[in-house]
Amino acid sequence: MNRLQEAAWEERVSQGSSEPIRSRRLTLPERIDLYRIPWIRPLLQSRWPQFLIRSLTLAGFVFTIAAGLFGSRVGSHNFAIIFVWIAWWTALKLVFIPLGGRSWCSVCPIALPGEWLQQGGILEKRHRRFGLNLRWPKRLRGSWLQSSGFLLIGLFSALTLTNARVTAWVLVGLFGMAIVLSLVFERRAFCSYICPIGGFTGIYAKTAPVEVRVIDTKICAAHSEKTCYQNCPWGLYPVALRDSSQCGLCMECLRSCPKDNIAVNLRPFGSDLGQARQSSRLDETFLALVMIGSALAFSAVFVGPWGILKSAAFAIGSPAWALYGLGFLALNLVVMPGSFALAVWMGQRWSGYKTQLRRAIANQSQVLLPLGLFAWIAFTISFALPKLNYVLSVVSDPFGWGWNLLGTANTTWSPDVSGFSPILQVALLLIGLLWSTSVAWRLAKVNNQSVFRQTLPILTFCLVFSLAMLWLLVG
Amino acid sequence: MHKEWLARIIVIVLVATAIAIPIGAWWVRSQGNVIHARMAETGGWTPENLTTEVGQPLHLRLTSDDVMHSFAIGQSDQPAVDVIPGEMTEVTLTFDKPGKYTFYCTRWCSVNHWRMRGTIEVTGPETTAEAVEPPLYVTLGLDIDAEHHTEVIPEQMPSAVRGAKLGVNIPAEYQSHEYYLSNSPVELWKALREESSLSRHGDQDLWDLVALTWQSNTRPQDLTEGMQLFATNCAACHGEAGAGDGVFADDLDQPKTGEHAVMQAGEMTTLPTDFTDPDHMLAASPAHLQGKILRGGMGTGMPYWGPIFTEEQTWALVAYLWTFQFETED
Repeated sequence: MNRLQEAAWEERVSQGSSEPIRSRRLTLPERIDLYRIPWIRPLLQSRWPQFLIRSLTLAGFVFTIAAGLFGSRVGSHNFAIIFVWIAWWTALKLVFIPLGGRSWCSVCPIALPGEWLQQGGILEKRHRRFGLNLRWPKRLRGSWLQSSGFLLIGLFSALTLTNARVTAWVLVGLFGMAIVLSLVFERRAFCSYICPIGGFTGIYAKTAPVEVRVIDTKICAAHSEKTCYQNCPWGLYPVALRDSSQCGLCMECLRSCPKDNIAVNLRPFGSDLGQARQSSRLDETFLALVMIGSALAFSAVFVGPWGILKSAAFAIGSPAWALYGLGFLALNLVVMPGSFALAVWMGQRWSGYKTQLRRAIANQSQVLLPLGLFAWIAFTISFALPKLNYVLSVVSDPFGWGWNLLGTANTTWSPDVSGFSPILQVALLLIGLLWSTSVAWRLAKVNNQSVFRQTLPILTFCLVFSLAMLWLLVG
Repeated sequence: MHKEWLARIIVIVLVATAIAIPIGAWWVRSQGNVIHARMAETGGWTPENLTTEVGQPLHLRLTSDDVMHSFAIGQSDQPAVDVIPGEMTEVTLTFDKPGKYTFYCTRWCSVNHWRMRGTIEVTGPETTAEAVEPPLYVTLGLDIDAEHHTEVIPEQMPSAVRGAKLGVNIPAEYQSHEYYLSNSPVELWKALREESSLSRHGDQDLWDLVALTWQSNTRPQDLTEGMQLFATNCAACHGEAGAGDGVFADDLDQPKTGEHAVMQAGEMTTLPTDFTDPDHMLAASPAHLQGKILRGGMGTGMPYWGPIFTEEQTWALVAYLWTFQFETED
């Protein structure tokens, strides 16, 4: 097998089953190709705008690390805590992911230093390169490591989210890992397989209204150089993109395509969802389950009323924390996967639809995506919005040293979400549930089976989850 | 090629700026006299030993790295100021006498709150060594760590009001202030019991007379001041009502394992004294109580207040402690 064939390392689909999807895309009226819009085109074509944003975010992250290491130990007065866990997290959950999918990845600075060494240049590949350029081990592919990373964050969340030193070291660790991995492996191994943020950003990118896609596959088939694949830092072959989960929106394929055959589409929300897939990979299902399990756990610890749970989560290393950790892992490794598998199995049985259970579980994981995304948005609204005033105050006093650079250090104003946030959260959870319902419905229809019987157990699973979130967030 | 170098320069300049700002700020800040307050478990005051000269204004900038603390100076009129996380509190101190002053926290920040202390060494041109008198318990040779119990416990709380109504003349030797300072209530009670002129009075009557004697040695302003000092400094452990049930009392009684072993910093502590218990209170003299306050309770967790309270303040506090045993006029 040559590298190119393996490029879309998702399972290859037969020509017959994939062809209709592609040809349909060509004629879809609801997509707007941003790359054809005259004033946007140069912004995407030139590497400079993206590069400048990335260098600014890089400087911002370096500053954040310094603030975390040297600033006040009081979390609410430290730039690192407020910017990483309040400002950036909120932006990620409320703006970057729902509206732009992996748009954060396109400006994320974590890979920049490593990529510079790996490629020998910041703006473009050059001859003097460093690194072994090994291929990522096959066993470690998929999002298993990303799920594990996210579980690890969950176990230590109370400490990480409140201790500026720990937050700084986590960032240092991410940068260090990204540099080491880009020196050992080819392309963006860290982003694709390790980065926990990349993991969930990727799966939720399927719901987002942005995609990079080939316009006419015939042109690509006739193009023998495949410059897009050669230049893709993520190792993707645009023709083979079946959904947006892997694409980091770096736009290198656009820049290198001599035929101008690639589009940056604005598309309807959730365009990647509701398609029957031939894959039986369970890693994305597991990641989707870890995300909704963590949404429950984070809501219980950070928003819930239980002091015992909070102090257990904070007392890292104590027996109480071990108990919390066991509960957290049991929820994510046993309860959520177990009950979801059971729901899928029951649906299969009732509807009499004969397919491999593993494949069915992999397929049904799409149902979990809108549910999880909106659960996280709802959680972020009650967790982060009331603390937005800290953003203004740490801008004036990033180290908590009593400065007042912009005169906003003592800002106490914060969006008062107490009035509308319960209504908003109910609405958000409802949207997630309804959206998931429609995805489940479409999947069942594609399978051409008894829609009601097949979806009922899975929708029960979704409903129970939504009610649990509702109870935790709204009470 | 030029573009690549331009890009590199941009990245390097931006990252260098991002590093230089905190380092520069750190340096600028280290030039100022900043004192960091932390709970005693995580370091207390940093720095904790300061020096200055008589008459030289000492500018301090105080900030807290964890919870709210407060900065006060022992045996001084300087009002306590709050030390707030993420904010700077500025104080200027001027000392007119040389010596070693203790600064301390007055906010109940943690169970080891009282350990948050530091010193300011004030040097002067001439060291007019003032004769320092040893405290009364030392002069008297009292062993303030000895077990002490009251043989005869009053049936009801002794009352100065009832004692006054008896219309009895207490022998003058027992009424002097010196007698009051150096004797325990039960010693006075036993001495009165020996008096033949008082033989017709019952045991409770004599206790009421003891209460009257104690009251006559106490000024109302002492009680007011003592109450304030108690509420600020003692009630955290001994409780507002003196019953040994303050907010930190439970922590002091914790077994020294697990999380609390860290809290206690390896110290042996006991439950705070219950001032409403007549058994040991009535067997303690004012000098004894003052000694405990000045020196602290060795191996019990009771802090030493010698460097913090003035002598008048310790006697006011002692006077207030007796209100947990004796009913007084109001």
